[in-house]
Amino acid sequence: MNAIIMGCGRVGAQLATMLDAEGHKITILDVEPFSFKKLPADFKGTAMVGNGLDYDSLKRAGIEEADVFISATPGDNRNVMACQIAKHIYNVPKVVCRIYDPIRADMYRELGLLTVSPTKVVAELLKEKVVG
Amino acid sequence: MYIVVVGGGEVGYHLSKILLNDGHEVLILEQNPARCDWLAEELGGIIYRGDGCEAATLDCVGTGRADMLVAVTDGDEDNLISCQVAKHMFNVPRTIARIRNPNNEKIFRILGVDATVSSTDIILAHIEQELPLHPLVRLMKLKSGELEVVEIWIPPDSESIGKKLSSFHMPKGAAVLLVISKNKGIQIPSDDTVLEADDKLVTVMHTESEDSIRALLTGK
Repeated sequence: MNAIIMGCGRVGAQLATMLDAEGHKITILDVEPFSFKKLPADFKGTAMVGNGLDYDSLKRAGIEEADVFISATPGDNRNVMACQIAKHIYNVPKVVCRIYDPIRADMYRELGLLTVSPTKVVAELLKEKVVG
Repeated sequence: MYIVVVGGGEVGYHLSKILLNDGHEVLILEQNPARCDWLAEELGGIIYRGDGCEAATLDCVGTGRADMLVAVTDGDEDNLISCQVAKHMFNVPRTIARIRNPNNEKIFRILGVDATVSSTDIILAHIEQELPLHPLVRLMKLKSGELEVVEIWIPPDSESIGKKLSSFHMPKGAAVLLVISKNKGIQIPSDDTVLEADDKLVTVMHTESEDSIRALLTGK
């Protein structure tokens, strides 16, 4: 699998590391080169400085050949827009979007994006710990 | 009309002022509290502090009865999401977004935003018009964004001078609407119209045929 991950924060870096270890071809994008320090020394994928909302950066990252696009920046709107560009402009077969706001996550699920909303998931996990 | 304006920056402020003067009902959504206070002092109690991309906020300000939502923050992604939420959750009949990256026009159109205004394109067009003897000046885009009206200048050393306009094989969907000539003034082109040096041809065309038509008509 050939995957592009937008955003090399904790989640993006962790996901890139996991997929890379399984032998997938990973390109990870972030606007801040310092963020690539989160990647392990044996990371075999490509870490690229670039903005996932910029068409030239996406092309340089190889979006035209990508099987999967995942957006995991801290900004919901950025994630949603980048995923829609990947889906509608570059026809990436599988597009996965992190959206913190559960209402927007539901809306974009209806509009055809694969969405993950950590807010609900984490709140439920925390609640489980508290009430058992 | 009831118009929701997302973003109370310079563009949002001046736009709202004009819309209010025209007698429309306007509400501005702005996140920065100090900016909200300033706007309220200038324009009165038509400001609501909140995120114009959040369904809950849009619900609070009655977006469901809005005739139009105009998103003019300085983030293209925020403007897009605002328009999409307004469209899909509140059925706002008309959504308009400001874009900064002109390349974003296409994705906004695909995703159902009714109109986009690219400040970059507008500034560029004005600068092109000010540049002396620019071979191609984009005058306006037509509604769908696929067609545009441009002005093509025939330079004095062009091979096209002296040729009949009808002898050029224009691509499908393109047409010369007007010939503005130094000597003859404004002419509506006919089969007999002959091109002269420094003519300006007001032409409608598909955006992607810009280069080929310019090359065809200017002979370069």
